[in-house]
Amino acid sequence: MRGFNYERANSIAEAVAKAAHIKGAKFIAGGTNLVDLMKIQVETPTYLIDINDLGLDKIETNPEGGLRIGALVRNTDLAANDHVRRDYGVLSRALLAGASGQLRNQATTAGNLLQRTRCPYFYDTNMPCNKREPGTGCSAIGGYSRQHAIVGVSDSCIATHPSDMAIAMRVLDATVETMRPNGLTRTIPIAQFHKLPENTPHIEHTLEPGELITAVTLPKPVGGTQIYRKVRDRASYAFALISVAAIVQRDGTGRVALGGVAHKPWRVEAAERDMSRGAKALTAGLLANSHTTHDNAFKVLLVERTIASVLNEAKG
Amino acid sequence: MTTFDPSRRKFIQTTAVSGGAVVAARLTTEAEARSVLQPKQVTEPAKVDILLRVNGSEHRLMVDPRMTLLDALRERLQLTGSKKGCDQGQCGACTVIVDGRRIVSCLTLAVMQEGHDIITIEGLGTPTNLHPMQAAFIKHDGYQCGFCTPGQICSAVAMLDEVKAGVPSHVTADLTRSPEMNTIEFRERMSGNICRCGAYSNIQEAIAEVVGERA
Repeated sequence: MRGFNYERANSIAEAVAKAAHIKGAKFIAGGTNLVDLMKIQVETPTYLIDINDLGLDKIETNPEGGLRIGALVRNTDLAANDHVRRDYGVLSRALLAGASGQLRNQATTAGNLLQRTRCPYFYDTNMPCNKREPGTGCSAIGGYSRQHAIVGVSDSCIATHPSDMAIAMRVLDATVETMRPNGLTRTIPIAQFHKLPENTPHIEHTLEPGELITAVTLPKPVGGTQIYRKVRDRASYAFALISVAAIVQRDGTGRVALGGVAHKPWRVEAAERDMSRGAKALTAGLLANSHTTHDNAFKVLLVERTIASVLNEAKG
Repeated sequence: MTTFDPSRRKFIQTTAVSGGAVVAARLTTEAEARSVLQPKQVTEPAKVDILLRVNGSEHRLMVDPRMTLLDALRERLQLTGSKKGCDQGQCGACTVIVDGRRIVSCLTLAVMQEGHDIITIEGLGTPTNLHPMQAAFIKHDGYQCGFCTPGQICSAVAMLDEVKAGVPSHVTADLTRSPEMNTIEFRERMSGNICRCGAYSNIQEAIAEVVGERA
């Protein structure tokens, strides 16, 4: 691990000001996807600002009838929250499908959104990777790419976003609340939070340097049958090959977002008009312009079949 | 800055970052060694004075901020029950209980754990006064080589508390109800602890025994 200096922040304003001012500074909360990357020197912060004492660990209902989830709420606590279990079941299910009991106790809501990809070439510092070292090339293109993206890919990167929680946040139309280094707050719709790789795969989200996520808010409950179906190589404790987050209403309309297929949670609102026409039509709209490799072409059919299974389950 | 860090060690640390032994041999002073470093690289992080509360005892330690909780427990406090398996948060061998919750100690820094209550396998029981989970692991042979066992036991103890507290899991059928105390739940919830010997079925029997005794 490279050397860094460490400090516990006492206020949000102080934390963002410092993060913007010190070159190479990073926030640390749960640490479950920062400490491991620091050990292999994929992440090399010069300064760590510990934000665990900022009181951002509360879940509250808001005046709009929605839920405001503090950035530091642990994955276990969010999944176990009564409001979430009752009104946002897809979120609880997505969280519980991810990681292990130990990691869910450590990992935070904001940190989950900011997870780095699990592309093995991103972790292997002996291999070229445009995300880790811009301009060096992509080892996954032409390499072993069974886990990789099939939509929204570029010539620079075919990595996927590894989060389960973020897929549920996307289908629920969550909003990310932040504080910027100038002390002003802003809100970012989840649809605009994560970026596609294009030719800058090292830029994964729309936060500015030093900008801190303070909360994630959910709009008021939309009801429906809420399902998160994760398909993976093991029954537990594995990243998704693909996953489907769906909210299906009684009349057969609804929403769907996919995990494991793109550099960000994948949702195509226009395609959801075809939900009542069944899995084939819905999948065709969701995965239009897909670009697969020999290794991951199976994901297209897997998405269709998983959606069919989910729609069937929703019928009850 | 610490008082006991000898200058030779500083020199080695500095030169190690600047490019290895060849570069180091050509440089005559520490000042020269420093001058070739990239300015933003922190070669000598300020050590941090922390108070760690482990198994009910307080320990004052001066630690490099890079030190994980696992390394602090093993290397500084000689609590070698917690094991370093993968050191990547994937195997669960380093599981400890912090403020009543199980975490992997390899993915948290010692400096982040000041003010928290840390329980390791050494704090759960002793050879003459075993924790019920330790006794059950022995009775049911919940191990072969034993390397993952401290992590398995810490994880199992805190896992049962999670079920009791009503935390649902991936296999909980109805999210609006409290989860059940059964093997399907326990198996899913213990998936973060890998056993290379494959003692899983005996581990599950040990956990079931503890639940039976408590019920």
